[in-house]
Amino acid sequence: MAENGIGAAVPRTEDHRFLTGTGDYTDDTNLPHQTYAAFVRSTHPHATFTLDTSAAAAAPGVVAVLTGADFAADGKGSLICGWAVTGKDGEPHKAPPHPVLAADTVRHVGDAMAIVVAESARAARDAAEQVEVDYSPLPAVASMREALADGAPQIHAEAPGNLCYDWEIGDRAATDEAFARAHHVTRLDLVNNRLIPNAMEPRAAIGDYNPASGNYTLRLTSQNPHVHRLVLAAFVQIAPEHKLHVIAPDVGGGFGSKIFIYQEETAVLWAAGRIGRPVKWTADRSESFVADAHGRDHESHVELALDADGRFLGLRVSTLANMGAYLSTFASCVPSYLYGTLMQGQYTTGAIYCEVKAVFTNTTPVDALRGAGRPEATYVVERIVDRAAHETGIDPAELRRRNFIPSDAFPYPTQVALEYDSGNYALALDRALELADYAGFDARRAEAGARGKLRGIGLSAYIEACGIAPSQVVGSLGAGVGLWESGGIRFNPTGNVLVYTGSHSHGQGHETTFAQLVSDYLGVPFENVEVVHGDTEKTPFGMGTYGSRSLAVGGSALVKAMDKVIAKGRKIAAFSLEASEEDVEFSGGDFTVAGTDKRMNIAEVAFSAYVPHNYPLDELEPGLEETGFYDPANFTFPAGTHVCEVEVDPETGVTEIVNWVAVDDFGNVINPMIVEGQVHGGVAHGIGQALLEGCTYDAGGQLLTGSFMDYTMPRADDLPDMTVDTTCTPCPHNPLGVKGCGEAGAIAAPAAVMNAVTHALGTSAIDMPATPQAVWRALGSQSQARA
Amino acid sequence: MYAFNYHRPETLEAASAALAAAADGQVLAGGQTLIPTLKQRLANPSDVIDLGGIAGLGGVRREGDAIVVGAMTRHAEVASSAEVRNAIPALAALADCIGDPQVRNAGTIGGSIANADPAADYPAAVVGLGATVRTGRRTIAGDDFFTGLFETALEEGEIVLSVSFPVPRRAAYAKFPNPASRYAVVGVMVAETASGVRVAVTGAGGHAFRVGAMESALGASFTPEAIRDVAVSPDGLNEDIHASAEYRAHLVGVMARRAVAAAAGG
Ligand SMILES: Cc1cc2nc3c(=O)[nH]c(=O)nc-3n(C[C@H](O)[C@H](O)[C@H](O)COP(=O)(O)OP(=O)(O)OC[C@H]3O[C@@H](n4cnc5c(N)ncnc54)[C@H](O)[C@@H]3O)c2cc1C
Repeated sequence: MAENGIGAAVPRTEDHRFLTGTGDYTDDTNLPHQTYAAFVRSTHPHATFTLDTSAAAAAPGVVAVLTGADFAADGKGSLICGWAVTGKDGEPHKAPPHPVLAADTVRHVGDAMAIVVAESARAARDAAEQVEVDYSPLPAVASMREALADGAPQIHAEAPGNLCYDWEIGDRAATDEAFARAHHVTRLDLVNNRLIPNAMEPRAAIGDYNPASGNYTLRLTSQNPHVHRLVLAAFVQIAPEHKLHVIAPDVGGGFGSKIFIYQEETAVLWAAGRIGRPVKWTADRSESFVADAHGRDHESHVELALDADGRFLGLRVSTLANMGAYLSTFASCVPSYLYGTLMQGQYTTGAIYCEVKAVFTNTTPVDALRGAGRPEATYVVERIVDRAAHETGIDPAELRRRNFIPSDAFPYPTQVALEYDSGNYALALDRALELADYAGFDARRAEAGARGKLRGIGLSAYIEACGIAPSQVVGSLGAGVGLWESGGIRFNPTGNVLVYTGSHSHGQGHETTFAQLVSDYLGVPFENVEVVHGDTEKTPFGMGTYGSRSLAVGGSALVKAMDKVIAKGRKIAAFSLEASEEDVEFSGGDFTVAGTDKRMNIAEVAFSAYVPHNYPLDELEPGLEETGFYDPANFTFPAGTHVCEVEVDPETGVTEIVNWVAVDDFGNVINPMIVEGQVHGGVAHGIGQALLEGCTYDAGGQLLTGSFMDYTMPRADDLPDMTVDTTCTPCPHNPLGVKGCGEAGAIAAPAAVMNAVTHALGTSAIDMPATPQAVWRALGSQSQARA
Repeated sequence: MYAFNYHRPETLEAASAALAAAADGQVLAGGQTLIPTLKQRLANPSDVIDLGGIAGLGGVRREGDAIVVGAMTRHAEVASSAEVRNAIPALAALADCIGDPQVRNAGTIGGSIANADPAADYPAAVVGLGATVRTGRRTIAGDDFFTGLFETALEEGEIVLSVSFPVPRRAAYAKFPNPASRYAVVGVMVAETASGVRVAVTGAGGHAFRVGAMESALGASFTPEAIRDVAVSPDGLNEDIHASAEYRAHLVGVMARRAVAAAAGG
């Protein structure tokens, strides 16, 4: 293995600038003649309104006060949802208009009604407070069940009964039949709590318009600048694609929340065109809480049918999924195609049926958040499997092992439309049990009991579909876009390399991993590789970073480009070395002629390519630069087992995580240190969901957890030391054999924690987040039930 | 933030004069509450009078049987003061569990008690240790200082100068932090003092309060068992998404027993 090549734990090159405060975030940029925006946001969850902007427009420093009426007058479009999910009835989902600025009705607290542009951020905010809003409150509904009830307030005329879709996957009849044969049926009601993403860097945008060229530029916190450009051009119609330049510079975390095309960046760009000056907006944290798309928020009823040997005959899932007040960019696919399709888990369950009702409520829109659908699916499967183990008296590890898809059964077609490509689930389970000293648990439980603590251990044998996604598959399921990725390789004459990727790095470490990949594959020193991303005028069209896709799809695109570079290099070397192309081999950065000592390094080839003084130009083009587009043949399927051990203080209800083991199969690993860091972060996210984070609305739609005073983010001292290990079944269908690792921890962790907590408590009657109060209540109701 | 006039007087007299002259003046100590409030535009004072320029308002000193903590003393200073750690380790420990290092190095005792957040930690010490608050105008008994939610006995323009804590025989503070804010959901200071046992609870009610039934039980026997059956009524206790009144009442008992155990063991 090369020192900085594939498989090396290279320290992240980007960290120097991040850790020394020299990163280049959107808010760090200030353009000449820049103005500042503040939004007038609804304080009501549901109301019609009228605005009086005259005082604000006359306030000091104000440049413009623009409303939804102005936006409509300009003939611009509304925000879109890019994936049309077809329901049981064969009808596409209901996607009511999502105005960039609400014109007459607001549907959630934080819904934007006007943008105030001024000479300073303070003047903008002062003036925004002077916009007079005359609300006529409408009845509001925050709970999904109430939204679906007869007589509930109607949020959109286009969506009767507040139903966005009623969707299904799997075979209902076969599943009913499996239940009819069951020896035992386990039932569970589960809540997958709503989360607020809270990336460290709040969203920000600077719109700019050059009247001389007619060109627009948008700098913003985006995980996918080309997708932003596409939607803003094709649907909102701010400017055509070739007149819109989108830059996503350093981005301080996204977790999904920066995929979407929101009201604010759209309004800022449009406003810049209206006033002919740059317009900047940076969310404050309070805005982030109400204006960034939230995640999760499911209620499910789950049933598992087992035979007398504990084999899973059938799984039946019925879920309500909260969409919030509008359909965000990818909201519809999250609780359907990224959720129902994962109900097979790691198991041979014979029949599966999953139905999902997506529901509008007067809350902030809900969309993809780290894992997006797959954490919810894993939570369903792994909680019910654990519950079944306790009900049948079969050890939870043994019950899982008994039902695993065997390692020789791949490719494995699932009951829910996927084909698993590779895996070895028992291997990961066994390694995890060993690392967690599963066998020694009873002794630890007894010891903890002597200290007055309740100790529990929980497993989560998760699977995810990553490397999103084969365009043909997602296209057939309603996606409005292809989900390939692009990569470009440009050799400079001096032999160093610029790598252009359509993926975007906002914490993942692409600048290191992709450089390792290119350095290793092309035999170029690591220091001679520079990764360029996040700019629509620099990189080829790219689909961006989410769904643990960057390496599996974006890395594979780079391989395609590198293969083209090598093929071209071979031609150049053959010409220069006076050999036939077929005799030229490439390895370790050198082109050699078989059976001779003739060799030419790729750097020399590059130089030659740019100094083609004697090239036969009809056969050989100058230059050494290639672009590759890669569309995956299948999803990738990272999987593994996480083990969580907890101690609960029965007096206070406090849960402490005392041990964590993660054994993940990510296929081949390029940088094990970055992978470990991604697992740490993902597990932290999942522990946050399981124990700490609970976005709460009151019945009327007011957000109760609107700041860090009430919304609990995981902190270092909430987290355990983790043992992180990997197994490897390489992905068979992408050239790198990689599967993706960015979401695994967040997918695996919640079920592991809750299985441990319920094991410790001896009751499954507790939902996430298992806060001290929730645990205390669960213990109390249990002791009452016993008494 | 809205605009305001900023003053940094060098004497107490000048500070009082600036306060008196202001249409709506507010003093600034560590800024850990006031600055976020201003940034969120939840307050709109005409004048902010920074106490940071006045010499002699900070620092810890021993005065006879008491530890006197100047109003501008940072929490970190109290936590690390040898004087406090020797005389009233419970007070140092309490200061050490406030917020995070940044907060402890900026926030002050004067600001904390003047602000009278029902979930703040210091009120448990002021009441539980039977402290006396000295202001520019008078002294106020700890028991009389906190009068309601964010309400104190301080009059308009009255500035806290110091807090005097009589050294107890033994004392301990047990805190159950809010998972999100890490303020106290319930914090209990238990102290055995020359004038008897004091049990003060912060976080649970509108302001810090004493639990007489626990004090008398502990007076008879200073053991956790002595108060195991002393129930605290949930009536009138705070309720929020993190803790119901019942849960808070329960935690008062648990934290009180833990404080007694710590004090008795220490
Ligand atoms: C992230 C965070 C976490 C925190 N966690 C905790 C915690 O766990 N426990 C806890 O108890 N506290 C906590 N705090 C509060 C903090 O410790 C301070 O005690 C509190 O903010 C007030 O002190 P200050 O010096 O910052 O006062 P300031 O914010 O400057 O002032 C607060 C108020 O007191 C008034 N005031 C200040 N000094 C005086 C004086 N000498 N006389 C009269 N009035 C005065 C001011 O006018 C203002 O109204 C936390 C704060 C933050 C930001």
